[in-house]
Amino acid sequence: MRDVLVKLEALGESICVQLENGELPFIDIPSRTTSNIIYDKAEGRFVLGEARTRRTTSNVKHLRAFTQTVWMAYMAKRLIEEGKSTTLRDLYYMAESYGVKFKDQQESDSIIADLEALLGVPREQLRIFPEERATVYGDLTIKYNVQGYEKTTLNLTASPDGVAIGPALAGAEFQNCGAERVIMVESGGMFTRLIEERAHEKFKALLIHTAGQAPRLARQFAYRLRRELGLPVYVFTDGDPWGAHIAMVVISGSANAAHVDSIVIPDAKWIGVLPTDIEEYKLPFEKFNEKDWKRLHDLMADPRYQSPFWREQLKRFEEEGRKSEQQALSIHGLSYVTEKYLPEKFA
Amino acid sequence: MEVLIMQPAFGEISVSDFFYRHRELAGFSNPSRATYMVIREAVENSLDACEEAGILPNIKVSLSYTGDELCHLRVEDNGPGVPPSEVPFAFGKFLYGSKFGVRQSRGVFGLGITMALLYSQVTSGRPARIIVSNGGDIFEVKLRIDIEKNMPLVEGKKRLANMEEWHGSIVELYFKGDYPRAEKRIMEYFKLTSIASPHAEIAFTDPAGDQHLFRRSVEKAPKQPVETLPHPHGVDAEMLRRLLKRSEGKSLLSFMVKSFQRVGYATARKFLESAGFSPHQPTSTLTNDDVLELLDAMRKYSFPPPDARCLSPIGEDALRDAIMRIFEPEFVAVCERPPSVYLGHPFIVEVAVAYGCKGIEGEIVLYRFANRVPLIYDAHSDVSMNVLRRFNWGSYLHVRPQATAVFTHICSTRIPFKTAGKECIADPPEVEREIELALKECCRRLKTHLTGRVSVEERGRRFNAYKKYLPKIAQFASELAGRKNAPNVSLILERILEGKN
Ligand SMILES: Nc1ncnc2c1ncn2[C@@H]1O[C@H](COP(=O)(O)OP(=O)(O)O)[C@@H](O)[C@H]1O
Ligand SMILES: [Mg+2]
Repeated sequence: MRDVLVKLEALGESICVQLENGELPFIDIPSRTTSNIIYDKAEGRFVLGEARTRRTTSNVKHLRAFTQTVWMAYMAKRLIEEGKSTTLRDLYYMAESYGVKFKDQQESDSIIADLEALLGVPREQLRIFPEERATVYGDLTIKYNVQGYEKTTLNLTASPDGVAIGPALAGAEFQNCGAERVIMVESGGMFTRLIEERAHEKFKALLIHTAGQAPRLARQFAYRLRRELGLPVYVFTDGDPWGAHIAMVVISGSANAAHVDSIVIPDAKWIGVLPTDIEEYKLPFEKFNEKDWKRLHDLMADPRYQSPFWREQLKRFEEEGRKSEQQALSIHGLSYVTEKYLPEKFA
Repeated sequence: MEVLIMQPAFGEISVSDFFYRHRELAGFSNPSRATYMVIREAVENSLDACEEAGILPNIKVSLSYTGDELCHLRVEDNGPGVPPSEVPFAFGKFLYGSKFGVRQSRGVFGLGITMALLYSQVTSGRPARIIVSNGGDIFEVKLRIDIEKNMPLVEGKKRLANMEEWHGSIVELYFKGDYPRAEKRIMEYFKLTSIASPHAEIAFTDPAGDQHLFRRSVEKAPKQPVETLPHPHGVDAEMLRRLLKRSEGKSLLSFMVKSFQRVGYATARKFLESAGFSPHQPTSTLTNDDVLELLDAMRKYSFPPPDARCLSPIGEDALRDAIMRIFEPEFVAVCERPPSVYLGHPFIVEVAVAYGCKGIEGEIVLYRFANRVPLIYDAHSDVSMNVLRRFNWGSYLHVRPQATAVFTHICSTRIPFKTAGKECIADPPEVEREIELALKECCRRLKTHLTGRVSVEERGRRFNAYKKYLPKIAQFASELAGRKNAPNVSLILERILEGKN
């Protein structure tokens, strides 16, 4: 936290000095355009190149965005100093009372991304979080370290619906863990199924419901489980290019957040639904639609998919043009996934 | 018995007799318009003569009343004068003049000043007095016209010593006029003349004795237009017959080359062969039908466009300066079009749009010129008026024109006048099109200017943006830096307000 505050202060100081010298201040922000996003093979993730864009108040068209960026930094400083957190949406609304109004939330989200790139710090460290929350369920006892909850501990089986992975949980201390693996699950239906089928006991698993593409907090949480507790991470999604990509982002991070995303779990594994599973488990399937094909072709061109395993998966998709949801497994009975499918995956 | 039907008596009238009976055709329809016409014809001749001699014109015009309706006009110029032997014919015979060649001039029919003399004679009964000198002796001629015969009648001739090396012409006439009703138009005529001929200085003393001085704004006489041969597209059957007659005995090839502009030996050979004539055929062997066939072939063949060196446009700079001086507009957009052709006659269109003029009420006023002569009457059916009426300002300008003067100048070896009064121009499509294109170009230029003016508002908006955001930036940045006081931005704001940042 100290580092971040130092960086924020330095930003403010440089602007003050420019103003005192009678200059119209500018800042150079690492460029987030696709041409500056580079795949770093050694790290197995995307990083930003050297390109910088200058946001300068000498251009009246940049004036508003410049003010918004400085305001955003100022808000981050206050959040950190006051030990508070906020959401992307809150910030969008709060801006108005400071006279820096955003057109829409997309604009304010993009200013936050600029600030992340400028400081080289993910927004979570600036105490800014997205609205969507993943949930987690399983035998892990945590101890909060947010104000007012310093003494509170919680076992993550406390609620049958799971516990939301918000900033407090993401930063909590891990105390006791009966789990031996993490399973990240795409759909809510499958998450509930697994809890009802007591998969957390059968497979000694912490179940994380990603609700589609995993939010950064959920990935960060899984990352900590991998690093601090040594738990292997498995990703269980629908059997289509979109599901494959949920797994890929867990493994290699996202390109959109190349400027800050160091949350990568290179040894996380995609266990299904694999394109080969459709045949093997006799799953009902649908034919690819146009969007699926486009997505598949995008993935085939993506440098993250060049390993033999991933190339094989995409090739199967391409040959068959078939997709199947997680819940298609229920065609063989509700317990099929825990009785037959997952045991074979972990065998 | 043989009964014969009575046949009317046949007779012939002279040109002068014709114009005596139909003077409205030449613009002398009533005393007020005639007052304007008389002045105009004399001034035009002075300008033509000075220009041809390369002299910067100094013209003195004075008009006074000698009776109830009887006016006396005196116009003096510093031109080359007229050879004394030619004076009676030039001033006293219709269709006699020195301007029949193919080049731009104000006069064209050899009719103008003679018509003024005729009008003077029939309304006052008094002869005209013409005084000329080329710098040597001064000659004074008193002149009447034998209207029935179209012949000058010299009433008196004097030869005077020239003490001051004066050169030029003086014309003095008495006529029935109506200055009060013509005053507005006459003053407009002078004002506009000094736009179209900015190298001329004109002093006008009106009947009340007040002198109006129209100064020159260009110290150089315009380049004399070069006299040229006719263009093959500019001749009709009669003209072609005359030209052929002049070169009797020559081959068709040399006839084409020597008689027309823009026709070299190669062009002539190609043209004649394509028209099915032998280049070596003597012109004298052409039958009537051959001549018509040749004419038809000439019309269809695409010769290089006419030579425009015979034209003398005012020029964008001179036109702009003159308009600036006289109308004091906020902005003038000027456009001189490249030379173009109608019926074989080269012409150039110049258009100026003066925005925000002093003394113009309402939106748009049109001022027309032809061969540097302002056209004051008969605007309603003029080609420029037609173009202007149809012109959709909205599609070229983002604002309504305000206090705007539109100037159109057409110069040509042959202005397509509708009448001998030379006030109203007909509308060949080519001419119409050129006027429209020039007008559009002016609008584009005007628009750029007006947009530039909007940028004054733009600068205000810019300043407001800085006034709003800079203090905020200073405030957030100082809090970020953990400073107590925000940097002062008022100096930066001041510079922005002055447009320096
Ligand atoms: N002020 C003048 N100075 C010199 N020549 C003149 C002057 N006025 C008239 N002339 C001569 O008289 C001729 C006839 O004039 P005018 O009847 O007006 O016919 P136009 O001007 O059409 O030729 C002119 O062509 C010109 O040669
Ligand atoms: Mg004349």
